[in-house]
Amino acid sequence: MLVIKNLHASINGKEILKGINLTVNPGEIHAIMGPNGSGKSTLSSVITGNPFFEVTQGSIEFNGKDLLELAPEERANEGVFLSFQYPVEIPGVSMVNFMRAAINEKRKYLNEPAISASDFLRLMREKKELVEMDSKLTNRAVNEGFSGGEKKKNEIFQMAMLEPKLAILDETDSGLDIDALRIVANGVNKLKTPDNATIVITHYQRLLDYITPDFVHVLYDGNIVKSGTKELALELEARGYDWIKQEVEA
Amino acid sequence: MEQQYIDLYKAHHATIKEHSAAVINESRDEAFALFEELGFPTTRLENYKYTDLRPAFEQDYGLNIRRLDFPVDPYQVFKCDVPGIDSFLYFVVNDGFYPEENERNKELPEGVIICSLKEASEKHPELVKKYYGRLSNTKKDGLVAFNGAFAQDGFFMYVPKNVELPRPVQLINIMRSDVDFMANSHNLIIIEENAKAQLLVCDHTQDDVHFFANRVTEVFVGEYATYDHYKLENTHNRMTNLATLLVEQQASSNIISNVITLHNGLTRNTIEVALNGKHCETEVCGMVIGDKNQTVDNFTSVLHNMPECHSDELFKYVLDDSSKGAFTGRLYVAKDAQKTLAYQTNRNILLNRTARMRTKPQLEIYADDVKCSHGATIGQLDDNALFYMRSRGIPFNEARLLLMNAFMADVIDYIRIDALRDRIKMLVEKRLRGELSKCEGCVICQ
Ligand SMILES: Nc1ncnc2c1ncn2[C@@H]1O[C@H](COP(=O)(O)OP(=O)(O)OP(=O)(O)O)[C@@H](O)[C@H]1O
Ligand SMILES: [Mg+2]
Repeated sequence: MLVIKNLHASINGKEILKGINLTVNPGEIHAIMGPNGSGKSTLSSVITGNPFFEVTQGSIEFNGKDLLELAPEERANEGVFLSFQYPVEIPGVSMVNFMRAAINEKRKYLNEPAISASDFLRLMREKKELVEMDSKLTNRAVNEGFSGGEKKKNEIFQMAMLEPKLAILDETDSGLDIDALRIVANGVNKLKTPDNATIVITHYQRLLDYITPDFVHVLYDGNIVKSGTKELALELEARGYDWIKQEVEA
Repeated sequence: MEQQYIDLYKAHHATIKEHSAAVINESRDEAFALFEELGFPTTRLENYKYTDLRPAFEQDYGLNIRRLDFPVDPYQVFKCDVPGIDSFLYFVVNDGFYPEENERNKELPEGVIICSLKEASEKHPELVKKYYGRLSNTKKDGLVAFNGAFAQDGFFMYVPKNVELPRPVQLINIMRSDVDFMANSHNLIIIEENAKAQLLVCDHTQDDVHFFANRVTEVFVGEYATYDHYKLENTHNRMTNLATLLVEQQASSNIISNVITLHNGLTRNTIEVALNGKHCETEVCGMVIGDKNQTVDNFTSVLHNMPECHSDELFKYVLDDSSKGAFTGRLYVAKDAQKTLAYQTNRNILLNRTARMRTKPQLEIYADDVKCSHGATIGQLDDNALFYMRSRGIPFNEARLLLMNAFMADVIDYIRIDALRDRIKMLVEKRLRGELSKCEGCVICQ
C-alpha cells in the first residue's frame, strides 16, 4: 500500500530525513518510535505533502500512485490521513462546515454526488458516538479553544468521518487522560479493517497495549535504524534509546 | 483643478440655487467660500495622508445642475421586489429621488416622512432647518464644503418620537449617465426620541463611464432611539465614491454603522459619530474586499463627549492584487467622559505581495477612568490552517475561501437584519470566489 524508498527531505536547507525505507501493507499496524527531534513528524508531514518540507531524493508510492506528484488534498482524497501532533485551530470555521466540505470534496474526487443533509447528520452522530465526542465540541469552530486532549479526540473523530486507507497517528496518545486514551484506542481498533493500515507514532508502550502493532521501527537521526515486532517496543520502554544510539554509532 | 468648479459656481450659483431649496441654499455661499479656501483634500493633510484622491478630481465630469430628468425608470431596471429583504424601497438616481410607487411603501407608520430633501425643505422647512447642516457646516473639510456648495438635493427620512419602523428602509443609489459624471447629494436622517429605524444604502453604477459621487449624510439620533446604517457598495472600477457620514447620538441611544465595500474603484468613507449623551451604545464597523487596483480608505472618528458610553469598532479588509486599503480609527474621549468603554480592532489580510494596507489607531483620551483598547494586524492567511484543511481533502482554493469567509464572519454578524446578514454572507462568498466582479444591478435584490 505504502512504499517509501530512500526518502530524503529537508527544511530550510537542513536535511532531516536521510534515506527512509518503509513498506506498509493493507491490514498492518506499524509503530514508529524514536527520540525527540529524530524526524517522526517530519516523515508524516512529507507523506501528507506539507509544502514546508522539500523532498530532495527518494520516492513514496501509495497504492501504485506516485504520492509526491499529488497535492496534499489529492493525497487525502486518495485515502491518506494524518492525526496531527499539534492540531491547528481554525477560528470562524465551524466543525460542521469543515467536515461537510471534507466529505464532499472526497466524494467529488471519487465522482460521487454530494452527501445529503440527513445522511451527513447521521454520519456525524454515528462517528461522534464511536469516539464518545461531545456535541458541544462539534458545534464549535475547528479546534478553537479545545483542550489538548479534546483536540486529539477531534483528530480521531475526523479520521472516523473520513475512513482513510492509511492513517498516521502522530503522538495521538500524548495529552490524553487514561479514559480518553482507551476511547481513542478503541476507536482506532473499531475502524480497523483488513484493507486499511495504520502508522502509530508514539513515545509510550501505553498506547501499544491497546493498539497492537505488527511492526515497530525506531527512527533515529532521520533514519530507521531498527525494526522489529511488538517486543521491540517493550525493550525500548525498559532500556531507553541509549543502546540503540550506541549500536548506530558503533 | 479646483478652479473649474470655482468658475462653475461663480457663473451658475443662481441656477444651482434655483433647482434646490431655500433651506439648503442658506449655507451654500458659505460652503463655497470654505471650499475656495480649502480646495480638495491632498495627502499633505493628516486626515487624507494615506490616499491620494487628486486623480479622481482631475477627471472631467458632467454635472446636472439644472437637474434634468434622466431617462431611466429605476423600478423597471431593478425589478426589485426584494425577495428575502422585505423593505420600504426607494431609489436615488445620481442625486434625484424617485417618488415612491411601491404599494407597500404606503404602509409607513403615520408621521414618518421619507422623500427628497428638496421636497422636505419645501413642505417641512422648520423641521429641515432645525437639523440641516448642523453637523456638516462646522466641518473644515474640502469634500464636505464642496458638497455644501454643489449638493442640491438628497434623501430625507424622519421618524418621529416613539415610532418603530416595521421593516428596514432600503435606499438604492444608482449612478446613471452616458458621459463621465459627478453627483453631489446631501442626506438628512432624523430619528427622534425612542424611535427605531434601519436604513440600508446600496450604491450601484449603471453605465460604464467614470462616476464621481460625493455624498454627505447627517444623522440625528434622539434619546433611547435605535438606528442602523448599512452601506453596501457594489459598483465598478471607474467609480469614485466619497461618503461622509456624520452621526449625533443623544443619551441612551444605540446605533450601528456598517460599511461594506464589495466592489468599487476608489472609496473614501469618513465616518464620525458624536456620543453626546450618557449611556450611548455605538458599533462602527466595516469590511472591504479589494482586488485589481481598487482603493478603499475608511476614516473613522468616535467621539466620546459624555460619560458612560460604550463603543465598539471593527474593520476587516481582504486585499488582493494591487489593491490598497487604509484605515484610521480616531477615538476621542473627553475629559469628563469617565467610565467610557471603547474598543477598536482592525484586521487585514493581504493575499498578494503587491497589495498594500495602512492602518492607524489614533487615540486621544483625556479622561482617566476609562477602558479603551485597540489592535491592528496585517497578515496573510494562516499557512498551518491551510495545510490542515488540505490534509483533510479540501483543495487549496476552497480552503482559502473558507478561511476568508471565516475572517469576515464577525463583521457580518454585526448586521441586525437577518435576511440582510444571510444575503451579505452569500455575496461575500460570491465575491471572494470571484463570481461577483462587477455591479449586476441590485445584488441585494436579485
Ligand atoms: N521549521 C523548521 N525549521 C527548522 N528545523 C525544523 C523545523 N521543523 C522541524 N525541524 C527540525 O527537524 C527535526 C525533526 O523534527 P520532528 O518534528 O520531525 O521530530 P519528531 O521526531 O517528531 O520529534 P518529537 O518526538 O519531539 O515530536 C528537529 O531537529 C526539528 O528541530
Ligand atoms: Mg513529532
